[in-house]
Amino acid sequence: MLRVLKARFFQGYRTMKYPRGSVPELPDRFQGRPRLEGTCPEGCRACADACPYGAITVGARPDGSNAGVAGMPVELDMGRCLFCGNCAAACPSKNIAFTRNWQLAAARREDLVITAESPRRASCLSATAKKYYYKSLKLRQVSAAGCNACEADSNVLGTPAWDMGRFGIQFVASPRHADALLITGPVSENMALALEKTWAALPGPRLAIACGTCAIGGGPFLDHPETLNGACTTVPIDLFIPGCPPHPLTILDALLRFQGIKVTDSP
Amino acid sequence: MTASDETILFIPNGSAVPTAQVPVLRMGTWLGVVANCLAGGNRLSALFAIEADNRHQLFAVLGSPARKQVGVVSTFVSGSYPCLTTDCPSAHWFEREIYELHGVEPEGHPWLKPVRFVRPHVQGRFRPTIGVTGFFGMEGAEVHEVGVGPVHAGVIEPGHFRFQCHGETVYHLEISLGYQHRGIERALTGGPDGRTIHYLETAAGDSTMAHASTYCRLVEALTGVRPSRHSQIVRALGIELERMANHCGDLGALAGDVGFLPTQNYCSRIRGEILNMTAVICGNRFGRNLTIPGGVRHELNRERCDSLRKRLDAIEADLVSAVPLMFETPSVMARMDGTGIVTRDDAIAVGLVGPAARASGVPVDVRVDLPYGAIDDLEFHVPTCTAGDCAARASIRWMEMRQSIEMVRALLAAAIRDDAAPRANGVEQAVRTLPGNMMAVSLSEGWRGEVCHVAATDGDGRFSFYKMVDPSFHNWFGLALSLRNQQISDFPLCNKSFNLSYCGHDL
Repeated sequence: MLRVLKARFFQGYRTMKYPRGSVPELPDRFQGRPRLEGTCPEGCRACADACPYGAITVGARPDGSNAGVAGMPVELDMGRCLFCGNCAAACPSKNIAFTRNWQLAAARREDLVITAESPRRASCLSATAKKYYYKSLKLRQVSAAGCNACEADSNVLGTPAWDMGRFGIQFVASPRHADALLITGPVSENMALALEKTWAALPGPRLAIACGTCAIGGGPFLDHPETLNGACTTVPIDLFIPGCPPHPLTILDALLRFQGIKVTDSP
Repeated sequence: MTASDETILFIPNGSAVPTAQVPVLRMGTWLGVVANCLAGGNRLSALFAIEADNRHQLFAVLGSPARKQVGVVSTFVSGSYPCLTTDCPSAHWFEREIYELHGVEPEGHPWLKPVRFVRPHVQGRFRPTIGVTGFFGMEGAEVHEVGVGPVHAGVIEPGHFRFQCHGETVYHLEISLGYQHRGIERALTGGPDGRTIHYLETAAGDSTMAHASTYCRLVEALTGVRPSRHSQIVRALGIELERMANHCGDLGALAGDVGFLPTQNYCSRIRGEILNMTAVICGNRFGRNLTIPGGVRHELNRERCDSLRKRLDAIEADLVSAVPLMFETPSVMARMDGTGIVTRDDAIAVGLVGPAARASGVPVDVRVDLPYGAIDDLEFHVPTCTAGDCAARASIRWMEMRQSIEMVRALLAAAIRDDAAPRANGVEQAVRTLPGNMMAVSLSEGWRGEVCHVAATDGDGRFSFYKMVDPSFHNWFGLALSLRNQQISDFPLCNKSFNLSYCGHDL
């Protein structure tokens, strides 16, 4: 007993002050929200060619309209991005940089596509979440072929340092107890039915969150016949959290803004 | 050396040979040679088939701790062959896989159930529906069956478990996987390309460094590119940090499963601090974007090493306060002692690897048995326990963590010492073109145990075949064995004491 108390004293109080106080430290090599700026040489496609997932569109979109803005006809879809940085390394004009801005999530899929004129963050607010779940948001997690990285960095939010229980957010064991489904993974064919059934078991008003680039658009498994390119084809998604995996701060920021809770914004 | 050894091609871990040089034996001889080799204290690291002109070439990859080398030996089969499993139980999961993928039937195998419920490679073959298969059953009064999953109660990957119970006692646990199948091995053929490294990094997300660095060494073996010593140090750091982080998380989770909250809470936080060390190296907590064929993408200068060393010191102090607490608490040990025993004989027979094997007294560790990379010159011995129970699997993790702490310290010191040495980065392009008609083997000791990759290239230097064996592939059956005659309520504890990967198995 004395040893337990001694250890308790030694370990101290470790819950962070965020979202009211200081933001937890991010590593200096952290690859967060991409920034597009500058002028691209005519016809340059180096960034798009460096991405095997088609996250970058240069010039004309498939529907014929123009991507990006004048002088920089580039747009980057964070819903397909693994944040590997290959595009930034390939750009001869250094027009793409991965900043330390951790606010990646969006409530609308189209807000994940960024151009040189995109705002620093997209809205994550869900009217339903704010109205019904502002003080208590119970999440049921389903890993549908997730690699255990998104799962681990979601789970970590329940540990004492992040303690999302402070905001009434908690992972629960049954979909019957849940307000929202937090889905990870590209959704394998072999998990599609289980995901559908879990979603069907949630009582309304229910919400769905796609956590990680796999769950949004398939990630590295894009267009594999064994997967369904993410959760969107199975479940209507209310919150998209990109990353491979998203940093816990990115996930917590998304969940809090989803409910309409005020957070410290990224500089 | 025995006569049969001479028919096996032995090569160093992380080397390549022309595929034509791999010995091809007659089926009967091959079966005898493989069985002899396994009976002689070697391991079955991989067993797989490659399709060739309407028949299949069966390859066995055998790890030999005595020679510190990997043996490769093959045979041709059309349609069916007498199975290895009856003589060598460690082949049982591999032979199910071979049957599922190729329709080649290992005759006499106890039950050729699907391993992953994959789309068949052979045109016209029956396509199984996930989870729909026969299961073991038990009959009698008060006998009942408990089915769990694929969706589990926690934040955890999916898989299906079936318990055959009499009262509270589990007679058998059957594990049916495949829910996580993403087609990685299929997609790796035709590579390497821009996606390849990402497949390796996400094959099992908690083993990003283990799989990615095993792949990098495989490509380096094929091309003859030598990564700089600094790159090898950085990779070894990533692997040891990965081991520390996962072992720390597991110890916390084990404490949680027996209701001992102090260690659970402390370890869950400390695990994050260890992941943050990896993020200091490469920006990502799981080691994504750290390693590439030919080297690493991020260097460590003296300043960064110093910062890592300070973090390590703080983490060590926190761990020393948090972990022994659990082992010194009688109520914790009472739950773990004698729970979920896997005997040494069973561990060897079914081919367990990693901490699970070492907890049962089997001293297998690729870092020692088949040395590679910057680990060569580190002082290291393989810790083992004898009990084979949950307590042993917990204490083995703590012993390994303490070793890893010292290794990380030594690696950081080496990185500082070599500060002025030349770096070899940006060589990825040079290793994009592989030599044709080669076969390469690369093994590493991930935190769960032996990671084995085997690749073959076609005439154009593209992967015609890529086999990944995650340690979980060897160990899932060990979890089933540990549950025999246990209370069903001990399942979470036993499961956590193995903590196996679903996606690493399903690929």
